[in-house]
Amino acid sequence: MLGIPRSYLINRAVTFVLTVFIAATLIWLIPRFSPVDPAEIMLSRMAAGGGAVADSEAILAQLRADFGLNDPLIVQYLKYMGNLLTFNLGISTASFPTPVSVLIAQALPWTLGLMILSVVITFLIGNALGAFMVWERTPRIWKVVIPTFMIFTSIPPILSGLLLMYIFSITLRWLPLTGSYGLTVEPGWDWTFVASVIEHGTLPALSIIVVTFGFWTLGMRGLMISVQGEDYVNLAKAKGLKPRYVLYKYMVRNAILPQITAFALKIGLLVSGQILVERIFGYNGMGKLLYDAILDQDFAVIQGVSYIIILMTAFSVFLVDLIYPLIDPRIRLSEEAAA
Amino acid sequence: MTDTTDNPQTGEANAAPVSRFNRFDNPWFNPKLLWGAGILLVIILGGIIGRMVWDTDLVFTGSTPLKLPPLGFENLRRQEGVAEFPLGTDGAGRDMLAMLIIGTPNTLMIGAIASIIGMSLGIFLGFSAGFVGGRVDDTIRVLSDVMITIPPLLILVVFQSAFGDVSLVMMAFLIAGFMWQSPTRLIRAQVLSMKRSGYVQMAQLSGASTFHIMFKEMLPNLIPYLFGSFIANVTTAIVTAVGLEVLGLGPQRIPTLGRVIYDAINSGALIQNLWWWWGLPTMLLATMFIALLLINLGLDEVSNPRLRKI
Repeated sequence: MLGIPRSYLINRAVTFVLTVFIAATLIWLIPRFSPVDPAEIMLSRMAAGGGAVADSEAILAQLRADFGLNDPLIVQYLKYMGNLLTFNLGISTASFPTPVSVLIAQALPWTLGLMILSVVITFLIGNALGAFMVWERTPRIWKVVIPTFMIFTSIPPILSGLLLMYIFSITLRWLPLTGSYGLTVEPGWDWTFVASVIEHGTLPALSIIVVTFGFWTLGMRGLMISVQGEDYVNLAKAKGLKPRYVLYKYMVRNAILPQITAFALKIGLLVSGQILVERIFGYNGMGKLLYDAILDQDFAVIQGVSYIIILMTAFSVFLVDLIYPLIDPRIRLSEEAAA
Repeated sequence: MTDTTDNPQTGEANAAPVSRFNRFDNPWFNPKLLWGAGILLVIILGGIIGRMVWDTDLVFTGSTPLKLPPLGFENLRRQEGVAEFPLGTDGAGRDMLAMLIIGTPNTLMIGAIASIIGMSLGIFLGFSAGFVGGRVDDTIRVLSDVMITIPPLLILVVFQSAFGDVSLVMMAFLIAGFMWQSPTRLIRAQVLSMKRSGYVQMAQLSGASTFHIMFKEMLPNLIPYLFGSFIANVTTAIVTAVGLEVLGLGPQRIPTLGRVIYDAINSGALIQNLWWWWGLPTMLLATMFIALLLINLGLDEVSNPRLRKI
């Protein structure tokens, strides 16, 4: 495929499948050791709603049968795996007959939108700043300002989110505090709705961006320093090429490649960070769904959300691995030489 | 044209030979490292000394008046802060200072335990993979590749929501299960490159045991990397723990910084303008993370002299 060696492709695909398989197995296995019985939680919910439940033993037995808890474990496991392949994630116990996949399908676009936006912005800002930190023509003031901003990089986005909420929503009242669009706004493709979404999404995105760009800046700085001393950069300068041209075409172009693999290592943390941001902002994404499910002890939703997020993470890592040889010919050539 | 392409080390030696004899010319006396370690030490000492001088029974619900502001501030009900509870009290009648004194060491402890366990596993697996090679290497490499993609938070959410309350140590152990991958990869890569170096081959030729080569010859050279990886892992472990706590999981009855933030958010502390309730643990955590980052940056400069010039 597009000149990517087959051994590399197979290797990455196996890792992807194995990741999803192990994660799915863990998600299935862990609750089996738990003393908590989902059928009893269901029943206690019914009891809470209607006072007392008649024939509770019979209902418990029926619920257990419906959940397939009477089958042997191996049958339950195989059924579960088969269901995952068709994205049948079971039925939510909290909002009863709604399938988990429907709930996730409603939440996923919000999460993906926020995520893609913040990741793209962070990647661009972070790498640009990292490159400027090393470039000898950067004004001196920037070399002082950028490292000062770097201080924030280690803070998880939930903390920056709380601080930004306090500053921009509570004190200045510039932006709304929670939600993903206004309470009075009707969802639809008109300007008021889009404006409301942008207004509500700014703070969550900002709280992710201010604390994550530094990861890329730091990585880029290290890579630029190692590229800086290379002979081809000196040659390019000696040839009298324009400094900006040398910066983009010779230095950044070569330094940025390992940053793309760094993305694969970082995405798990980014996803977890965003889930927590969504939870504190009450943003309609996977994070809020997960938090509500934890409050309601809705295992099907907890498992479903975890599975889908891990699947997404593994898939984006797989995609990065596929794209990488296309932009870095060295991988392609060395693998071909080895094969 | 500036002379940035010159080797910084030779440049320094030529310019100021005196600095060679300066007793502070030691890579470990790195300002970032010292600042980071200093801040962290202050936070840890605060936890230790605080327990001696402050009444820690004030962490129990209802032991103080509700929602008092810190000393010198006024809350929405026009109550002023009192010296008895200098950092204010929360909505359940707990003293903020006592909660921070008890909660901060707990949070740090989760990070440290998880990271130490993860590190030990990583050292063991990384050396095994790099040194033994073959099938062992393949297994460990694939397993760490796979496990590094899975976000720990989500598996732990499944675990803790199924099991309910966990203890601090249990939480640390659970997080440790996701802390071995990056040290494993790091050490494996270093061991592979070191294996070909002269001194290791020399040791092999002189009949040293594998154990001796691994732990006496190679390990000392890895120490800056190991420290760096350890600190990075402490940060990740604390972030994960705080994340779980903010989702309402984790230890339910033991105060941790994440738990305080969870209670504050859930009681609407933001809207009621009770900034000290969520703000103090947030600032303390942020300071902690900044200190850890400074230590890590300092360690990077210790192990990679090329970074020092900027």
